[in-house]
Amino acid sequence: MNKIKYILIILAIINLNVIGKDIIVKPGESIKNAVQLSVKGDRVIVKEGLYKETEILIDKPIELIGEGYPTIDGFSKGEIIIIRSDSVTVKGFYVNNSGFSGMRDYAAIRIEDSKHCNILSNKLINNYFGIYLAGSDSCNVMYNEATSNAVTESSSGNGIHLWKCSYILVKNNTITGHRDGIYFEFATFSRAENNSSFKNVRYGLHFMFSHNDEYVNNVFADNGAGVAVMYTKNVRMINNRFEFNNGSNSYGLLLKEITDSYIENNNFTGNTVGIYSEGGTRLLIAGNEFNSNGYALKILGNCTDDTIRGNNFSSNTFDVTTNSSRNSNLFMGNYWDKYKGYDLDKNGTGDVPYRPVSLFSKIVEETPEAVFLLRSFVADLLDMAERVVPVFTPESLIDETPKMEKVIN
Amino acid sequence: MTTLKILKYVLYDVLRSKMIIIYTLLLFAISFGIIYTGKDVSKAVISLLNIVLLVVPLVSIIFGTIHFYNSKEFMEMLLAMPVKRKNIFWAEYAGLSIALAVGFAIGTGLPLLMYGGASGSFYLILSGIFLTFIFTALAFLASVVNKDKAKGIGFSLVIWFYMSVIFDALVLVLYFVFSSYPLEKATIIVSALNPVDLARILILLKLDVSALMGYTGATLQHFFGSAFGMLFSMGFLLLWAVMPTLLALRVFNRKNF
Repeated sequence: MNKIKYILIILAIINLNVIGKDIIVKPGESIKNAVQLSVKGDRVIVKEGLYKETEILIDKPIELIGEGYPTIDGFSKGEIIIIRSDSVTVKGFYVNNSGFSGMRDYAAIRIEDSKHCNILSNKLINNYFGIYLAGSDSCNVMYNEATSNAVTESSSGNGIHLWKCSYILVKNNTITGHRDGIYFEFATFSRAENNSSFKNVRYGLHFMFSHNDEYVNNVFADNGAGVAVMYTKNVRMINNRFEFNNGSNSYGLLLKEITDSYIENNNFTGNTVGIYSEGGTRLLIAGNEFNSNGYALKILGNCTDDTIRGNNFSSNTFDVTTNSSRNSNLFMGNYWDKYKGYDLDKNGTGDVPYRPVSLFSKIVEETPEAVFLLRSFVADLLDMAERVVPVFTPESLIDETPKMEKVIN
Repeated sequence: MTTLKILKYVLYDVLRSKMIIIYTLLLFAISFGIIYTGKDVSKAVISLLNIVLLVVPLVSIIFGTIHFYNSKEFMEMLLAMPVKRKNIFWAEYAGLSIALAVGFAIGTGLPLLMYGGASGSFYLILSGIFLTFIFTALAFLASVVNKDKAKGIGFSLVIWFYMSVIFDALVLVLYFVFSSYPLEKATIIVSALNPVDLARILILLKLDVSALMGYTGATLQHFFGSAFGMLFSMGFLLLWAVMPTLLALRVFNRKNF
């Protein structure tokens, strides 16, 4: 028994040595010096106040911690915090005014080729790029707020930018006023959770070539062009909200060349186009709520083997549109508020199949100006005639088992 | 003053025929039913849109024509007295259109108001009232140019059918024929040629914002959504009410009874 006690005490002492010391930085002192003086395992604690510093290079595993939200102001010159070491934590700072450059992507906080870093609870204001991770993995980016004042796409950067990363957790962040709220490029096995990305100039979320990622419980609202995901496979997008992405070139969710992915239990409200899918293959679009969109689902002819199941379509101007006369996707068990069938055996499934593509939407697809006749008697008449005898709309785009009541997800 | 005096008799006459009351009650029943049985308010407004665009013009023009022919003897009697023709005409027009408009406003507006006013309901009511005045004016025009009652009613029906169905079908054909040309501006001009379309656009701007924001819809949205566009559509709706009335008055003044 005694032996174990001694061993524990010795272990504790060893541990204390490893944890290292605290270095306190007060206003008027330099964070950069403190970081240089620190050794592996130290904590650099920065007291409340204003620090005008740039290019704070962290190249050893230390913790940089702000007490009472000290402000590091870059005065629009270069980058502010650069991390080039594993296991670095940066927590509790205001990081303001990074530089802007057309040549280099200046960021408030940049992580390069590092592992196990944590960027926690920082407030990033008026930066070119907010948090930039390049070639890193297993890092956590959590509880940060990035606010900028982007006006044009070319003069603004992204809120949280991942380039060639993997196993990154981006959680509980709020991003607004950047170019893209969250941008993943070649970021694999990563997860974006509980983030809120709104009023960004371009996309709320943008990812390319980022396989095996998960996007859960995020809110993407009022972004210039909604959310765009491209050239990716094995993505899971679950429980997100896509709201009020309005405009002639704006989509709730734009899918381009996405394969083997899941889009489940999301909410699409008030978008010009809810989901726009080009080259989507083997997608499962299930349990989503499409409400008050202009076009709930635009699914182009090159989408194959997709399953659209158990979604609720209500108060959309057009439910489904397509540019093809053929359909190689499966629609089943959705609720369509425009469905006029009956259910004699009372099993909750309509006895008459439903064709979600209306002739008028087809006309608008070909002659966009014809939207002028929306909800006119003539348009209704055409739709009614087409429903009875489908000639122009894809014969096989049909929901054989439409639900009578909203599906509860 | 004389106009007001005659107006009183016209209103009395209109109410006595009970048609207005039936019309109001019918609208009320339909609107109430649609709003309270439907699960979705915006869907209810869309259903009401069809009533406003089809039923209101139809009832206004048919009832207007029938009323004009039925009041012919009353008018002839008045013409024998020292009353200006202008006064008789204005009293008849005002009496009928106001009665119909009030009936519509109560029948459709009350259920919407009771629900707390869904989005677009203000423009729905406004458009309905405009259409009532416009189609009553067209009814009077149809009546003054046709001596025969059956002919007059037939003429009115043709006008209604043209405005509600044929015009839009022609526009659609136009779109197909000229589909390779930019038609945004043409659309705006075309819309001014039909009060039913103007009214529809006015309501759609509130109901289908998301769809209209897309691609070409944006031109419509930009134009009609702007203050100038609002003025444009209101102005043309007003013009559509005033022009046929003045034209009908002109014919009425020279008419041999």
